[in-house]
Amino acid sequence: MSDVLLDVRSITMQFGGLKAVDSLAFQIKKGQLVGLIGPNGAGKTTAFNMLTGVYRPTSGDILFAGQSMVGLRPYQISRNGIARTFQNIRLFRELSVLQNVLIAFNQHVKSGTWSAILQTQSFLDEEAELRSKALALLKVFGLDRKADEIASSLPYGEQRKLEIIRALATKPKLILLDEPAAGMNHSETHQLMETIAQIRKDFDLTVLLIEHDMKLVMGICENIIVLDHGVKIEEGNAQHVRSSQKVIEAYLGVEESV
Amino acid sequence: MQDFVQHLVNGLSLGSIYALIALGYTMVYGILQMINFAHSDVYMVGAFAAYYAAKWLGIENQPGLMSLATLLVVSMVACALLGLTIERLAYRPLRKAPKLNILITAIGVSLFLQYAGQLVFGADPKVFPEVMPDITFFQWGDLSLRSSDFTVLIVALLAMVGLHFLIHHTKIGRAMRAVSQNSSVAAMLGVNPDRIVAMTFVVGSSLAGVGSVLVGMKYPKIEPLMGMMIGLKAFVAAVLGGIGSIPGAVLGGLLMGLSEEMVVAYLSSTYRDALAFGILIVILLLKPAGLLGRYQVEKV
Repeated sequence: MSDVLLDVRSITMQFGGLKAVDSLAFQIKKGQLVGLIGPNGAGKTTAFNMLTGVYRPTSGDILFAGQSMVGLRPYQISRNGIARTFQNIRLFRELSVLQNVLIAFNQHVKSGTWSAILQTQSFLDEEAELRSKALALLKVFGLDRKADEIASSLPYGEQRKLEIIRALATKPKLILLDEPAAGMNHSETHQLMETIAQIRKDFDLTVLLIEHDMKLVMGICENIIVLDHGVKIEEGNAQHVRSSQKVIEAYLGVEESV
Repeated sequence: MQDFVQHLVNGLSLGSIYALIALGYTMVYGILQMINFAHSDVYMVGAFAAYYAAKWLGIENQPGLMSLATLLVVSMVACALLGLTIERLAYRPLRKAPKLNILITAIGVSLFLQYAGQLVFGADPKVFPEVMPDITFFQWGDLSLRSSDFTVLIVALLAMVGLHFLIHHTKIGRAMRAVSQNSSVAAMLGVNPDRIVAMTFVVGSSLAGVGSVLVGMKYPKIEPLMGMMIGLKAFVAAVLGGIGSIPGAVLGGLLMGLSEEMVVAYLSSTYRDALAFGILIVILLLKPAGLLGRYQVEKV
């Protein structure tokens, strides 16, 4: 099974007496676009936080490209190739759009402080190259014209896009998108989903996304994982998930028998 | 008029020293939201490091650019190492503890350094070596411009330009700005926050090292408690400018130096120290975020 990129083995996250995520297990193959859905409080974001090292799972293991990620720090996980965006936008609000992207390149920058002080040719070349790379990345989302604006001055939808761009700039193998369409209207959401499908091809990415909007997830995801109260209740393609009795119950509640 | 220019020059050179030390407070605050009370004692150790280095190298009576450069490097390295050690041993283990714990620890480290300093260096004041020849190169009536004031100004300016360059044009500076805005997000983009915090202590502490040599040039009396008053004033300068803001620390330092000099010149030297705390009270009442600071909105 060499094409499995992410292998989540029965991870549990316990906060005191509450099991936010309970023995969650799933696999993501390289290149897949997978959706993680579930009602509010189902544990989706907690699962993301475990995958990115913010929380350390109480038990279980996370294998990424065959390597265990449990116990690694967030920056180490980022360097291994997992990037993420946040449900509530977390940009560096007071830095420019371009600077937000450049930060994410940092881990790949070779020039040190001395070459910056001495302004060596290799440093200048690298800076110029980074700048043009960042601009190229911004261009994919039509944000290159706003490169020098302060991040917090962007309209909401563009801030969301900038978060995705910033995550892409870490050159990830796997990108985790936490409700990328939150707060967007229908046509914006639709457009965003197309962009996600596009970057996945262009950047050779594997994508795991959390989304509330079932229709959307069903439209683009090949595989859908449904969480409810921290437990995986269903997994499969859109067709399968849509017709699952458990999923319908989780979202709509159980019908009282009269 | 001549008087006024004289006080202006004195005030600026004193102010630039305050600014250098205030930068250390503000940088650490910007990145960890803590006041590093031990900063002023790191400064004191820097002065003693330079004092002993000059003795040991036998350059205490050879003022000149070479001596200045040597002592600056010695003091900066000593302060950087001390700052790094303090961060590693005292503050890092408390990174996740409540803010108050780390603040109290900082006071503890400060007291430790002050009294360990008295134990190791002795409590009696020592005379700082003459680093640069101090000549009066311009005399006009009451106005006499001395080279030491200009050396202080130039060195302080170079240090600040260097800092600006580091923060705005290097990889590590970029990471510092990112960590100061949101350390957990920076971590997820591959920046190791611990390393950046350590670097911040190194940079802030070496600026205190620069400050200690400059103060030694102007007021060549050093003793283990010398950091207290200047540290408090630099701290007030940082608050005045807006703590966490780097241009704010420079502005606050210069304003502090200038107003102190003017108060001494035109009112009475009795008010010298009262002024600093008067400024602190006024700024906290009227503009608690400082001149260039911004109100932090609590994140929800």
